[in-house]
Amino acid sequence: MTCSAKLDNRLSIEKSDAGRRGLFCKNPLRARAKVPANLRRKAAPRLPELAEFDVVRHYTRLSRMNFSVDTHFYPLGSCTMKYNPRFNEEAAALEGFAALHPLAHDSCSQGTLELIHDLGARLTELCGLDAITLQPAAGAHSEFTGLLLAKAYFEDKGQKERTEIIVPDSAHGTNPATASMMGFNTVNIASKPDGRLDVEELKKRLGPKTAVLMLTVPNTLGIFESNIEAIAKAVHDAGALLYMDGANLNALIGMVKPGDLGVDMMHLNFHKTFSTPHGGGGPGAGAIVCRRHLAPFLPVPTVRKEGGRYVSDFGDKRTIGKVKAFFGNTGVLVKAYAYMLAHSARELGEIAECAILNANYVAAKLKDLYPSYSKEYCMHECVLTPGPDLAAKGIKTLDVAKGLLDRGFHAPTVYFPLIVHEAIMIEPTETESKETLDEFVAAMRDIHAEGSANPQALKDAPVTQPVKRLDEVQAARQPNLRW
Amino acid sequence: MYIPHTKKDKEEMLKTIGASSFQDLVKQVPSKFLNPRFALPAESLDEAQAAARLDRLAKNNCRPLSFLGAGAYERYTPAVVKAITSRTEFLTAYTPYQPEASQGTLQAIYEFQSTVCALYGMDCANASMYDGASSFAEAVRAAVRVTGRKKIVYAAGVNPQYMDTLKTYFAHSPDYAYVKVPLKDGAMDKPALPALLEGAACLAVQTPNFLGVIEDMDGVADLAKKAGALLVAAADPVSLGILAAPGEYGADFAVGEGQSLGLPLAYGGPYLGLFSCRKEHVRQMPGRICGMTKDKDGRRGFVLTLQAREQHIRRDKAASNICSNEALCALSATVYSALYGPEGLKELAEANAGAAAFAAERLSAVKGCSLKFKSPFFNEFVLAVPGSAAALREKVLAAKGIDIGLPLTPLYPELGETLLVCATETKTEADILKLEAAVKEAI
Amino acid sequence: MAKPEEVKYTKTHEYVLPGAEATVGISDHAQHEMGDVVFVELPKVGQKLEKEKPCAVVESVKSAFDIYAPVSGEVTAVNDAVTGEPALLNQSPLEKGWLFKLKPSNPGEADALMDWAAYQEFVKQAAH
Repeated sequence: MTCSAKLDNRLSIEKSDAGRRGLFCKNPLRARAKVPANLRRKAAPRLPELAEFDVVRHYTRLSRMNFSVDTHFYPLGSCTMKYNPRFNEEAAALEGFAALHPLAHDSCSQGTLELIHDLGARLTELCGLDAITLQPAAGAHSEFTGLLLAKAYFEDKGQKERTEIIVPDSAHGTNPATASMMGFNTVNIASKPDGRLDVEELKKRLGPKTAVLMLTVPNTLGIFESNIEAIAKAVHDAGALLYMDGANLNALIGMVKPGDLGVDMMHLNFHKTFSTPHGGGGPGAGAIVCRRHLAPFLPVPTVRKEGGRYVSDFGDKRTIGKVKAFFGNTGVLVKAYAYMLAHSARELGEIAECAILNANYVAAKLKDLYPSYSKEYCMHECVLTPGPDLAAKGIKTLDVAKGLLDRGFHAPTVYFPLIVHEAIMIEPTETESKETLDEFVAAMRDIHAEGSANPQALKDAPVTQPVKRLDEVQAARQPNLRW
Repeated sequence: MYIPHTKKDKEEMLKTIGASSFQDLVKQVPSKFLNPRFALPAESLDEAQAAARLDRLAKNNCRPLSFLGAGAYERYTPAVVKAITSRTEFLTAYTPYQPEASQGTLQAIYEFQSTVCALYGMDCANASMYDGASSFAEAVRAAVRVTGRKKIVYAAGVNPQYMDTLKTYFAHSPDYAYVKVPLKDGAMDKPALPALLEGAACLAVQTPNFLGVIEDMDGVADLAKKAGALLVAAADPVSLGILAAPGEYGADFAVGEGQSLGLPLAYGGPYLGLFSCRKEHVRQMPGRICGMTKDKDGRRGFVLTLQAREQHIRRDKAASNICSNEALCALSATVYSALYGPEGLKELAEANAGAAAFAAERLSAVKGCSLKFKSPFFNEFVLAVPGSAAALREKVLAAKGIDIGLPLTPLYPELGETLLVCATETKTEADILKLEAAVKEAI
Repeated sequence: MAKPEEVKYTKTHEYVLPGAEATVGISDHAQHEMGDVVFVELPKVGQKLEKEKPCAVVESVKSAFDIYAPVSGEVTAVNDAVTGEPALLNQSPLEKGWLFKLKPSNPGEADALMDWAAYQEFVKQAAH
C-alpha cells in the first residue's frame, strides 16, 4: 500500500467533470430509435463523467487498498481460501463459453452441455451419491434448493406434517435462515462439550414432524462427527432426511465419500472446495448432490446424453422448478471443471491430506499461547482462543485479528462458531506452504508478545492500513449508502 | 495439482504435531470410510492437455449471428472492464468482513450501490443479488413482509422465468395468490388494475417487459397506493439510459438484471441481481449493504452495515438466507457505467432502440411476417411468422448460421406462432439486412 | 423519572413500570450488555401483546435482540424518540429510552415479576 493510496479517498463521482467522456457508442442505428417522449426519463442519471484513464487509475487505486489471496495469506476458517488457479480464469474467458447465450439452441451449446454433464458425473462420484444439479448460484442458494427437494419429497409421500429442520448450535447461520425462509421451524440442539452432535438429544428431538437434519461435516469446530453412522440411522429410522452442509468438504475430498456416511443430499461450494475465486463476495456457484430417491425433484433443466448428443432435460413433472433463471452460474462451473481436470483421484485425496496436516501444524505450533478449543487433532481447520495471558490484559479476539492485518496476514474467522467464546477459527488450506505457515505462526507469537507487553498498541491496530478502525455504530445509526 | 508440500515437509510437520503418521490425525473418522475407490481418472491432465480439452469444448459451442434476448443480452465488454475485474486484488479477495483490509472492495460496492440508485432513481440499493430473477423474487417477498398481504398481482409481461423463480421462492405454497394483469397490445391492461389490486401486497411490473414493450407507468403507482399495495418494478439498466426511471414513476422496489451492463452471456451466469428501494424500506433489503463512515482519526472509510438483518446474525429471523453475492460482477457493472457515463449510456440505449426498430421494420416487411403489437418497444419485439416459429428458427440456424430469436409459443401460446427478436447495439445495419434475407429465403 | 426500585423485571431483562398504562423498556444491565444500540423496531399502537412473546427488536452493530412483552396488553403508545435516536436506549433506558406503553389486560401479571433486589441477585447469578 502506497502513500498516494492513503491520500486520495475520493469517490468516482467526486472526480467527475461535466462533459468529460470515456467510452462512446457510435452505432449509426441510434438515429432510428423512436421512443416516445412520454416514456423517457426526465433527469439524466447522476453517474460520473470521466475519461477512460481516470476510470483505470481510480479502480486500480482501489484494488491496491485490498487484501487478496494472491497478495496475502487468508487463514479464514470455514471459507477455504485456497489458491485460485489462473488457468481456471483463462478457461472461463474462452469466447466459446463466455459468449454463449443461455437460450441458445442445443445444437449450439454442445460444448457447454458436455462440460456440465461431465462435471456433474465427476462430482457425483466424488460424493458417492447418485444425481446432481448445478443450478444454485451459491452455498446458501444450494441449501435452499436442498430443502425444497426435501419439501417436495415429503409432499410426494403425503407427509406434509414434516415441518421441522434440526440444526446444531454450531451450524452456519445460513442453515436456520434457509429453513425459516422456506417456512420450516428450526429446532436447535446444543453440541456436546467436545463439539459433536449429542446423539441422545437428537433422538429425543427426532419424530414424525422432522423433515431434515442439517449437519456440517466436519463441523464448524473442525471436528469429524464420529457418530455419523448412528446419526444417519437415527434420522432415517425417524423417516427424515440427512442433509450435509458441504462447506467443509475440503477436509474429506478424495478421502471419504459423503454418500458412504449415510447422507441423503449435500451441497458443494465451488468457491471454496473447487478453487473458484471469491471476487470480494461472489460470484460463487453451488450444487446439490443427492441420492436416487430425491432425483425426480431436482430443478430443471438437467443435461442428459442421448445418442452422442447432449440435451437439456426438462425431466420429471415432480421437479421443484427453477431456483434461478437459465442454467446456473455456468461461468463458474467452467473454472471448477478446469480444476477437476487438473486432479486425479489420488491427487484429490492429497488435497484433504495436506489441508488437515496444515491445520494441525498451526494448532501445534501455537498451542502454548493460543489453546485449541478441542483436545483432539482437528480436521481441516482449528478453533483457538486468545488464552489466559492475553485475556488478563484485556485483549480480545478482535485485537488479535487487527494485529494480524498490520503483520501482513488476513485475519482468521473470528467469533464463529458462536458456541466458542472469543473464537479464532483458522483454516490454512492445502495450498499454503510450510514456510508461509511458519511466518503466520511467528506473527501470532509476535502479537502475543505485544499484547502482553503493550496491550494498548494492539488495541490501536491496525495502523498500516489505508484506514484505522472504523466507526460501525455511526454507519448503522445514520446509514450513508450512496452518493 | 496445486500443493506445495514436499515429502520432507510432510514428515517435519507430522513430527512437530507429534503424530506418527497421517493416519493418526484422522482417527476420528471410522476407518471403514477412509480411502474408498473413486471411479475418477487415475491420471490428471497437465495444463497444456487441459487447455486443449477445454478449447475443444469451447469450440463445440457454435457462434451464430444471434438475435436472442429474452432476459440476457449480447453486449460488448470494454477492455478496461476486463482489465479491472481481472486484477487479482479484486478477483481473489474475500467478502470484506475486515474493513481496514478491504477498502477497495468496499468503496467499489458503495459506488455500485450509488450507480444502481442513480440509474433506477431510488434511495438505496444493496451490494447485489444472484440475478434479476432472484432480485425480483426477493422484492416481492419484501412487499409481502411490509404489507402483511399474500396476494401478488403481476403484469403478464413479467419474464416467465422471474415468475417461476418467485413461485419457487414461496415454495409453491397455496397461501399465496397470484393474479395476472392481462396483456393489451403487448402491454399491461391498465384499466383492469383497480379491480385486480384490491387487497394486494404489490403490483409487480417489468418494463421494458418480456415481450420488449415499454409499459406506460403513468398513474400506475397511484393506483397501487390507493389499494394499499406496493409497486415492484423490474427494468433493464441499459434501457434506463433513456427510459423513465422507476423512482420517477413511484416504484417502492426496483430491480433488474445487471448482465446488461457489459457482462458476458456465459450460458446464464454469473449474472448480477440489482436491488433498490425507497428509504423507508431500507431494512427490508436482503443481503449485504455497504455504508460510508469514519475511522478513529476522522478519515472517510467504508464498512458493511445494517448487518443485523443478515443470516450470520439473525439466523432463522433473517430477511433472507443470502450470503455470497455477485460482488465481482457488481464491480464490472460499476466500471462499465463509469466508462460510458450518462451520455454513453444514453447512446447505448438509443442504439438498442434504433437497432430493434430497424430490424422490426425490415422483418415486418417480409411476406407473411408482421409485428404482433403496435405498442412502443425497446430492444426486442414480437414477430408473427407463417408456420411453425420453432421450425423456422431451426431452418435458418442450420442454413445460414443465424439465430433469428426465441419461439414464444411454449411460453405464450395465446400469441400464436411468434418469435421474440432482439437487436442490441452489437448489431449493424448489415447484420439486420442479413437476417431479413435469411428469413425471406426460409419462408 | 422512574427509579430502578419502582419497576419490575423479567428474566429476559425487560422492565415494566406497572400502572393503568404500564411503561416497558429494557434494563440498564441489558443495554450495557448489548453495547451501542443502532436500531429499534417497536410494536404498533393498538397491537395486542401476549406475555413472554417477542414484540420488538433492538439491534446493536453485530447483534439483534428480541424484546419479549413482560405482561399482556394492548399497546397505547410507542416511543418515537427512541426509533429516531437509538442512543437514548443506552443513555437513559428508564427515562428517555422507554420503548412502549400498554394497557395491561391482566393487571396482576406484573406482581409475579422480579423486584429490584431479586433482579440484581438474578444478574449476579447469571454472571457465574
